[in-house]
Amino acid sequence: MDWNRRAFFFAAPFSFSGANLARAKPKAHFLRISAMAFEPPPAGLRVGDEIEWINSDGFRHTATARNGDFDLDLMPGRRGRTVLHRPGAIDFYCRYHPSMRGRLDVRG
Amino acid sequence: MQPRTFAGALAVAVFSVSMAPVQAQTQAPTDPQIAHIAYTAGAIDVAAARQALSKSAEPEIRAFAETMARDHAAVNDQALALAKRLGITPEENPTSEALERQASETAARLAELNGAAFDKAYIANEIAFHQAVNSALSEMLIPNARNPELKSLLETGLKLFRAHEQHAEQIGQDRD
Repeated sequence: MDWNRRAFFFAAPFSFSGANLARAKPKAHFLRISAMAFEPPPAGLRVGDEIEWINSDGFRHTATARNGDFDLDLMPGRRGRTVLHRPGAIDFYCRYHPSMRGRLDVRG
Repeated sequence: MQPRTFAGALAVAVFSVSMAPVQAQTQAPTDPQIAHIAYTAGAIDVAAARQALSKSAEPEIRAFAETMARDHAAVNDQALALAKRLGITPEENPTSEALERQASETAARLAELNGAAFDKAYIANEIAFHQAVNSALSEMLIPNARNPELKSLLETGLKLFRAHEQHAEQIGQDRD
């Protein structure tokens, strides 16, 4: 057995618990606003994860959850963070431009 | 005059009175003329927003007017910066003059109204004005813009103004 195979042999029993730990660790996601639109929301969102909203547009926007979970007011070029506290679908929009909309799909 | 009729009349007026002179005067507006028309339209809506902020007590109307003032000022700042960088001097023309004349008449008419009547007329005018400007942008200004950066800014403006139009329509429906 060469050293690579031995390393695999010893590492294998821990790989599942390692995956579980990695999954439990909150992740940071980015969601950019540009050209009067929210980019498509990131996939694989989980409770505890953080979203960093980046306003790359030339206009002031908000990232506002319809369920009241967050309401960020973002001047052009600014960014802001929200933490996902509960599972489910969260519809969001811009209060200044209500036709700008999106939905986050958060899993537990 | 009913607001709906007034709104429709304005949309027609902006086209027939304001846009026709440019089409009659030349085959197509030049970039300096296009820049002046777009800037004038933005400045008109900023002035309309200021009038609304001085007259309306309705939070929804005031929030909308604040957005109009902020967004149109932002686009116009970008337009001025671009014109300066490109060495374009915006050129007054019959369309922008007609737009200003039309806006003065509208402002005078709205000045006579108060309370809910003002709010309704302001939103009706915002719908009609944005519809007319958006049609002008997509059918006349954007297709005729020669400089790619000017064209791109006009396209950005169109996305923004379409969002304004939808927002105004939503407020209008909520208040019907």
